[in-house]
Amino acid sequence: MTPPRTEELELVEGAELTPFVDKPLTVTDFVRYQGASGDMNPAHHDTEFAQRAGFPTPFAVGMLQAGVLATYLTDHFGASAIRHFKVQWREQAWPGDVLTYAAKIVAVREEEGQRFVDLEATVTRQTGGVHLLGWATFVI
Amino acid sequence: MTEAEEEKARAPFKMHVELGKIREFARATKSKNPEYLEDESPTAPTTFLCTAGFWMPEVVTPAGEDGSGYERILHGGTEYTFYGPPPKAGAVLYVSSKPGPAWEKTGRRGGAMKFRDSIMEYHDEAGTLVAETRNTVIETEQAPTTGAGA
Repeated sequence: MTPPRTEELELVEGAELTPFVDKPLTVTDFVRYQGASGDMNPAHHDTEFAQRAGFPTPFAVGMLQAGVLATYLTDHFGASAIRHFKVQWREQAWPGDVLTYAAKIVAVREEEGQRFVDLEATVTRQTGGVHLLGWATFVI
Repeated sequence: MTEAEEEKARAPFKMHVELGKIREFARATKSKNPEYLEDESPTAPTTFLCTAGFWMPEVVTPAGEDGSGYERILHGGTEYTFYGPPPKAGAVLYVSSKPGPAWEKTGRRGGAMKFRDSIMEYHDEAGTLVAETRNTVIETEQAPTTGAGA
């Protein structure tokens, strides 16, 4: 698949992808993702359940934002070129949150005749709080 | 989960990488790449392999059958490794899983947090390992109102 590349990015250490600011998160986003993925944890869509578990409201499905981060990266480098993708969640994200997806190149390297680009990514809430940290490697 | 349940959850199973499921997943993860709607054999989105649960012969979740365990479970991290291009629509994968390391930490609010990794391996029809995923599940002692997790 050809990525729908929207910007020219110089493949050098420190180069930054243009950040992607998503629309405010909705419970509908969570439900659509939960149906697609099969993770039906009610804490992401059932208010009573979430409150019983000690949360004020349902909270975002972490794997949704991980998936959107992968979309952001593969739209640039290509879905078939990814070789490694890792996410660690930090603070939870909530309905209404406006998340900013950002990534920068931390290494361009060659291994066994193939060139790789390593990226570090963040997904940040409008409060400045970090929702997740990500790492990805693509063949270029 | 009991030991017998865990063993059942680790039984290998077959997974079809389906076009419609890829389109649904691509839309849910906000892809605007037109190839997901036009291509008849698109590459699966990066985290698509998390849909493997649909192919398990028996659904065994870490939250238990009634889902009550979800009240104390958070997802701490996830990792996808591909040993070549990720699978495309039409691929058939053989999925097996194994437990990874387990460790404990004290949370910021003082409660004990149990971390557990589970690893899944995806082989193609020729028996070649094409991908591996690793997920960290956090089990909390008390309601995890703030801090790590999703």
